[in-house]
Amino acid sequence: MYQAAKHSSKLQKNGLDDDLSLVEGSTSASHRLSLYDQPPLYDITVEDFETSALDRLRILAEIESSAARNRSWEETKQVTITQCGKYLPLNSNSALGIDLQSERRKDQLGHFVLRLAFCRSEELRRRFVKAETTLFRVRYETDDSNERRAFLDSKDFNWISVGSEEKNKYQAQLTHFAPGKSDTERENAFKSEPFYKVKWTTIPDLVDKRKVFMKGGFAYVPAREQASIIYAAFEERLDAALLATSRAIPLVDEETRLNPILDNLAQGFTAGVPSDWHFPLCMRVLHQTLRRDRHIQHFGRLHYGLFLKVLGLKIDEAIIFWRKSFAGGKGSDKFDKEYRYNIRHSFGLEGGRRNYPAKNCLQLHTAHEAGCPYRQLENSPENLQSALLSTYSGQGLTLDDLPEIMTQVKKKAYHVACTRVFEITHSRHVKKGEGLGDGESVTHPNQYAARSIELEKDSQEPKMEVD
Amino acid sequence: MASSAELDRVDPTAEDVLLNYYRRLYPFKQLFKWLNRGPERTEKESRLFPYREFAFTLRNEAYLRYNSYPSDIEMKKHVCLLTPSRFEIGPVYSAQPKDKKTVRPTHFKAEKREVVFDIDMTDYDPIRTCCSDADICKRCWAFISIAVDVLDKAIRDQFGYNQLLWVYSGRRGIHLWISDKEAFELTDNQRKAMVEYLTVIKNGKEPGKRVNSRVGSRDLPPTLKDAIEAVREPFDDLILQDQDCFGSQEGFETLLSLIPDKKLVSRLREKWSQTPDSPSYTKWDEMKAEIKALKDKTARQTMRHAMEDIVLQYTYPRLDAEVSKHRNHLLKAPFCIHPKTGRICVPVDPRRIREFDPAKVPTVGQLLAELNASNSNNNGEHLEDWQKTSLKPYIEMFEQYANSVQEKPKMDLSW
Repeated sequence: MYQAAKHSSKLQKNGLDDDLSLVEGSTSASHRLSLYDQPPLYDITVEDFETSALDRLRILAEIESSAARNRSWEETKQVTITQCGKYLPLNSNSALGIDLQSERRKDQLGHFVLRLAFCRSEELRRRFVKAETTLFRVRYETDDSNERRAFLDSKDFNWISVGSEEKNKYQAQLTHFAPGKSDTERENAFKSEPFYKVKWTTIPDLVDKRKVFMKGGFAYVPAREQASIIYAAFEERLDAALLATSRAIPLVDEETRLNPILDNLAQGFTAGVPSDWHFPLCMRVLHQTLRRDRHIQHFGRLHYGLFLKVLGLKIDEAIIFWRKSFAGGKGSDKFDKEYRYNIRHSFGLEGGRRNYPAKNCLQLHTAHEAGCPYRQLENSPENLQSALLSTYSGQGLTLDDLPEIMTQVKKKAYHVACTRVFEITHSRHVKKGEGLGDGESVTHPNQYAARSIELEKDSQEPKMEVD
Repeated sequence: MASSAELDRVDPTAEDVLLNYYRRLYPFKQLFKWLNRGPERTEKESRLFPYREFAFTLRNEAYLRYNSYPSDIEMKKHVCLLTPSRFEIGPVYSAQPKDKKTVRPTHFKAEKREVVFDIDMTDYDPIRTCCSDADICKRCWAFISIAVDVLDKAIRDQFGYNQLLWVYSGRRGIHLWISDKEAFELTDNQRKAMVEYLTVIKNGKEPGKRVNSRVGSRDLPPTLKDAIEAVREPFDDLILQDQDCFGSQEGFETLLSLIPDKKLVSRLREKWSQTPDSPSYTKWDEMKAEIKALKDKTARQTMRHAMEDIVLQYTYPRLDAEVSKHRNHLLKAPFCIHPKTGRICVPVDPRRIREFDPAKVPTVGQLLAELNASNSNNNGEHLEDWQKTSLKPYIEMFEQYANSVQEKPKMDLSW
């Protein structure tokens, strides 16, 4: 896969410029929202292929973790908007001075590459559809209302506008679903509220709450509930498209170039660069530094890299991860010269070819750089406290927990402090004093993360269905 | 003809009784036609009947799942061999259920099945006053007939399904099978939505408000307005007159617990404690008068809503929702014998549900006796065995239904 990326520049056919090859019709690019019914029909460099997918994957992963963390819809929406702003900006037609075409092209490309990667099993398809539908919903809700109207008018959602004759025939029933707080308000709103008719099976989530008028197998949907139809249509179409793709994929003769990338992408969604939610403070600090500075020092790379390796990151994924994480990375020569060797070395693929284990707590305590934060920040308690709060407040750590942790730090019982943080942030599963389970305390960052992942998996185990 | 006392002694779980019934009377042919959505037995391509699960309850209560057969002929053979006390129909899977152990689990999925509903008299125990538990009489059947009425109308009118088969369960309940192609192909999620749309009463033993009918203080949605109109008369007849649901201390306390207006409750309680046994319709009228006398318009409105909810709570169909939500649920096949009563699970015409009397449904003992009697006076005309018994009208009804559930209309090339 690395080789594919390296030779990417040669793959640009006849040196055609990217923008020139954008010959695809105006349909998908004229709106910000897309149902992705037009595949990209232009030449793509392997690099673009990969980057667009990876950037989109970040967002989908964040959406998934929002669901796992039980974030409210507003929070999820906010997080997603922020992430999109960073990795996958998509501006409305009214935005000035922005290359809308290239934004939309990236959006489309990423979507279609991930389809290839995630059509391969039912589980992956289900998760992908769920995450994509959420992303679509966020964008739909935040879309400019005029542009949204234009988008809706350009598509056929199999809905039938309810004509005035029919509307009047069911006036008594339909008025019930018109917007308004009182009967009079609803009666007034009825006249101006358009209604749409769809097969009830397309909008089960409105039917079950009796939010629509039902007649002869059709649901009469007031315009304000229209979004439900769109989301359902989006979901249904994507579902069908993924299934079709999965049937077609054995025909794709792309053994050497694309298949390895697709394999990795699919893994990225299943395991991949894991969510830092499960990491102990030392690794969270390194992760945050890397995210903020787009760089960390040698020992940070070593400690964090080994940690991720033991967590299950494959060599290919590791290279993608680090390349993406470094400023100006993305296949630049600098990255290849300076870091690629080191990463491969730590995986036992270069030099002494030793498969190095990840550093344990004892080693991190004595490390001068990128070591145990409880120890390194012992003498600046304010910094430690603010690091703890900013890192873990989303996971249940509060101001009241700090004194207890700081006492342990002062006693130089760093592992006790770390264990206590684990208990607090996993209070749904472990009680105080239980540590990682059976009173075991933290001796290794990987042990911390593995246990955390295990607990989350247990709690998400689907219940057996009983006939 | 044997006397009814003699007939009652026929054990509906005895091997010879079951064997005789399955061999001579059970309508396997019609069952096949219905489930295969077409009569072509030879058609190799059919992925309907051969992919359908049947589950048997043997006479020793052992339960055999994942049976499947290429056609009714093989099924009849096996059923006569096993002589199960009853059997259930499951979904159509993506592979033949008998091969379940050899196909990959990902290739064995419940794909299609009729939408089914189950209404059981036991869910009416908190409100019926005539019987309890497994008992049922003509009087409490009225609850079932209201339920059939309301559901049948709602499903035909609102969901647009027409192929509805109502089947008496043999003791105290009724099943509904919807075979319309669209219904047959609904996903679990869509089934769940349909059930929830039709579910208004939360089942449970404890008294108290169980109705989930409206959003906040809004009017009833159209579907429940229709239902209320349909049950207003039966409510008077059944709840106020026949069952006399509020004719006792316990009964009217339940009613009071459903009234949100505290002052009104204490006024009524004071009045009714004087005459706790006064008939329900008197109490109902007294409550209505109290509501009319309310000065505050919103209070009157709230009470009007509460009254609607009370009517719904006492008459709206009580569904066993879990049965309907998943495709892989099993439901007893029509024409099985109820092991306790010996009665046959016969189809019921929803338009004549009020006339239906569960006590008049033929028992297996009665049918076999009729068959024996007919053998002795054979007048030469060739009839199928079932045509000689009182099972005839029911099987004819079933046959008609099976004929209506045909996916591809048979091409007629002869003219």
